[in-house]
Amino acid sequence: MAARPLFKDSLTVVNVGLKGFGDNVVAAGGQCVGLDWRPPAQGDRDGGVALAEVFNHPVVESANAVALARLVDAQPVLTGVAAARDVLPGMAGGRRLILHAGPPIAWRSMCGPMRGAVLGAVVLEGWADSVAAAQPLVAAGGIDLEPCHHQAAVGPMAGVVSPSMPVFVVENRSTGQRAFSNFNEGLGKVLRFGANGPEVIARLRMMAAVVAPTLQAVLARTGPIELKPLMAQALNMGDEVHNRNAAATALFIRRIAVALIEADVARADAAATLAFIAGNDHFFLNLSMAACKAMCDAAAGVAGSSLVTVMARNGVNFGVRLSGTGGAWFEAPANPVDGLYFPGYSIADAAADLGDSAITETAGVGGFAMAAAPAIVKFVGGTPTDAIHHSLRMRAITLGANPSFTLPALDFAAAACGIDARKVVDCGVLPVINSGIAHREAGVGQIGAGVTTAPMACFTAAVKALARSVRPNGRSS
Amino acid sequence: MPTILFKVFANLYKDSVTLMQLGANLRGRAGVAQASCLMATPANLAQLRDADLSIEMQAGASDLLVVVRGEPDACEEAIAAAEALLHSAGGPGAGGGDAAAISLPLTSIALGVAHAPEADLALISVPGDYAAAEAMKALALGLHVMLFSDNVSMAEERGIKTLARARDLLVMGPDCGTAIINGVPLGFANVVRRGGIGLVAASGTGLQEVTCRIHNLGGGISQALGTGGRDLKEEIGGITMLQGLAALAADRQTHVIVLISKPPAPAIARQIEAAAGAAGKPVVVHFLGATPQRLPAGVVVATSLQHAADVAVALARGEPPPMALASPAAAAVAAVDRWAADMAPPQRSVRALFTGGTFCYEAQLVFIARGLPCRSNAPATAALRFDGHDGGHVFLDLGDDDYTRGRPHPMIDPSLRDAAVRTEGADPQTAAILFDVVLGYGSHDNPAGGLARALADAQREARAHGRTLAMIGHVCGTDGDPQDKAAQVRQLEAAGALIVGSNVEAAMLAAHLAGRRG
Repeated sequence: MAARPLFKDSLTVVNVGLKGFGDNVVAAGGQCVGLDWRPPAQGDRDGGVALAEVFNHPVVESANAVALARLVDAQPVLTGVAAARDVLPGMAGGRRLILHAGPPIAWRSMCGPMRGAVLGAVVLEGWADSVAAAQPLVAAGGIDLEPCHHQAAVGPMAGVVSPSMPVFVVENRSTGQRAFSNFNEGLGKVLRFGANGPEVIARLRMMAAVVAPTLQAVLARTGPIELKPLMAQALNMGDEVHNRNAAATALFIRRIAVALIEADVARADAAATLAFIAGNDHFFLNLSMAACKAMCDAAAGVAGSSLVTVMARNGVNFGVRLSGTGGAWFEAPANPVDGLYFPGYSIADAAADLGDSAITETAGVGGFAMAAAPAIVKFVGGTPTDAIHHSLRMRAITLGANPSFTLPALDFAAAACGIDARKVVDCGVLPVINSGIAHREAGVGQIGAGVTTAPMACFTAAVKALARSVRPNGRSS
Repeated sequence: MPTILFKVFANLYKDSVTLMQLGANLRGRAGVAQASCLMATPANLAQLRDADLSIEMQAGASDLLVVVRGEPDACEEAIAAAEALLHSAGGPGAGGGDAAAISLPLTSIALGVAHAPEADLALISVPGDYAAAEAMKALALGLHVMLFSDNVSMAEERGIKTLARARDLLVMGPDCGTAIINGVPLGFANVVRRGGIGLVAASGTGLQEVTCRIHNLGGGISQALGTGGRDLKEEIGGITMLQGLAALAADRQTHVIVLISKPPAPAIARQIEAAAGAAGKPVVVHFLGATPQRLPAGVVVATSLQHAADVAVALARGEPPPMALASPAAAAVAAVDRWAADMAPPQRSVRALFTGGTFCYEAQLVFIARGLPCRSNAPATAALRFDGHDGGHVFLDLGDDDYTRGRPHPMIDPSLRDAAVRTEGADPQTAAILFDVVLGYGSHDNPAGGLARALADAQREARAHGRTLAMIGHVCGTDGDPQDKAAQVRQLEAAGALIVGSNVEAAMLAAHLAGRRG
């Protein structure tokens, strides 16, 4: 490639640093683009050096093209509903395994809501008679704990999945890979916020005994349900399919309505299932998450790729995985959530950022598609312009856009997708994440919602690891 | 013969208005009689039949269908156009409307280049810790680089320049203070006319002095490239100077080339001299304090910055190169002699207070050549390190790290030098104050103002104690510079200073005085 000639009649300068130099260029008749420069990696010098090493690196560039195409081309389809133990490989053979949100975390380090949810799941599984009895069992290591993401699964907030719980089975038609998510219980006292009382356990049992088999029967009639067109349509109806799922849930009900009437299920079960779905604006969230997980997993495992395939929080740390760095987690303390609180609650009551639902942003919806959801702009500053701004800013840190997901407020432009960890480190724009806010104590539930960002240190660590991986012989520096 | 063509886009959703727009777009194409774009719901498929677009195909409500009727070629083109529009990241008019009015901060070079794809060069002046990484990224984006930042390690410099050479890009710096590219002054640089003389310089104020003098003699500059001070060390290998020399040799606007540097490592000097000999046009070489032997034909040695400019201008005009200045102008010598006659017996020491590092170096060379001992915080070849006054001649580079840590360079903020003038002027041993004033972009907007007051104060103070100070300097600048060179000179002359045309001439006058007083 021939370099651009330097000697000619004009000069366009990118001014990186002292502003006066740029002003002088303009005063002297040149063109100048002045940067609002700040140190990359929020000042982590070694991170900045690692970034420079992989910046426009041919291996990374071609790997990213492959990973992005797989993300965009993925065709997530709801194929079934099953008990977790029947479909998650890690739960085979009666293993006492409970999955949780975010990167790996030991029992003793878990936040309140996650502990509450784990204990509730132990009771649900019958491994202990009561929450009180469950505690020493878990503390003694009697139950295996593992991130959902290690089983191709995702769960909002505490993200707890235990063997008897029903899960959605979502298959990516382009690769045959499967992804899973639990069912959304609704609001109020629910396991995902750490509640584990009798009514919570009873609801979980009802979901397994009534909702799951009913949906199985429905799916037998409808056949596999394509999720991407549903999500796309919901984006054009005011959802961003993370913090707002009202349209998507309604579309889903419409999609199954006839089959639900026609299916060979008891009328009472059909009514209970419909009431369960219709009573929860966020029912579709878990389907959206499973679809996004299937899309992101399609992009995973491309050697050298800096595309982010996982962003998840365990209530203590935020964790990130890249397509090109295998199973490694890159973690940092979660950033606070800038949000609005329900009456009677404040930031002092809030748990740290929690849940796997940031998989939606990882796939290019949620906060990245904020421009689609004017109804919830109060969470991000108050005006539709703020929401548009969020979606536009994400273009600076993504590898491309998903033509399947369009944003009406941006003249139907495709939503930015495929977060490039290098771009995050380089320009300092952090991925925005729409999020619910959990009470710090188990069982109180959701106390607000708002927007947060993924912490820079995750991406800096990831870029350092990527630089090591593309360096000849994996030299350490 | 009209045909019907269609394409099913499985699992792709677009809203009906977007699809209607797309359909209208396809219908507007020459050779297309009818076109429809829709989600393949039963109701929509019924509509198709009504529009005489009946087709047999497998598609469901989640699939997007494009159907076109018309000339076969036109239909194929229309389907291809539909596919491109459906899969474009933009969609029709993406990013337009209100959204375009929201401008996002350009926080990285990559965003800057995305904003201005025509960008040629990154001018980097960020803290040294981050500078090398920024330079590497700029190169990866195909930009040439001027690296003003210092505190970049030798290994980083070698890495940056090696990458740049492989990509046929130029890196000026690190610690490159000045350049003129395509007539645009960068960093600390003067306003000079464009012309046929191209420079590559490893010395910032050296480059300014030569370009200004060329302008002041009526000549012009094609390009003036900086290399940074370490380029000609063995470890770097003169990568930038050799690249710059080759670029100027190939440049049709450049007729004469000037190379300026402190003496390079011997192996590097030989490479550069050989490349200069092969340039195919006259090359003037000035290695401060070193006179190369056995130069190839077409390479002319200059013995001072002033001489380099004088030779270059003569060669550009097709005239024979002039001799170096043998002695200062007679009137100036007479003025110095009058001062010398008025001085008190202890006044034997020249105090040189420079803002330009190369001026400090060149002045020391003048003294050393005349056997006059000198001390400096930035000692040239045979000079001694300054560690306190011992009555001898002292040359201070006030732009050196010793003085600039935690404060701006004295070209930007000359108050440090103004204070030094008062301090040195009050010393009974001081016979002369030798100084420079550097104009141009980047420099203080009136550097002579404070200096003139300091000089006048120092002279008044000296006279009050029965002494007379010689005050000798030169102003590096042009009539095009933002500071108005003539007004700068007038202020200094009004304060009683003797202002001459070059640094080397000022230094020769100071040396003449030193000889008289020594």
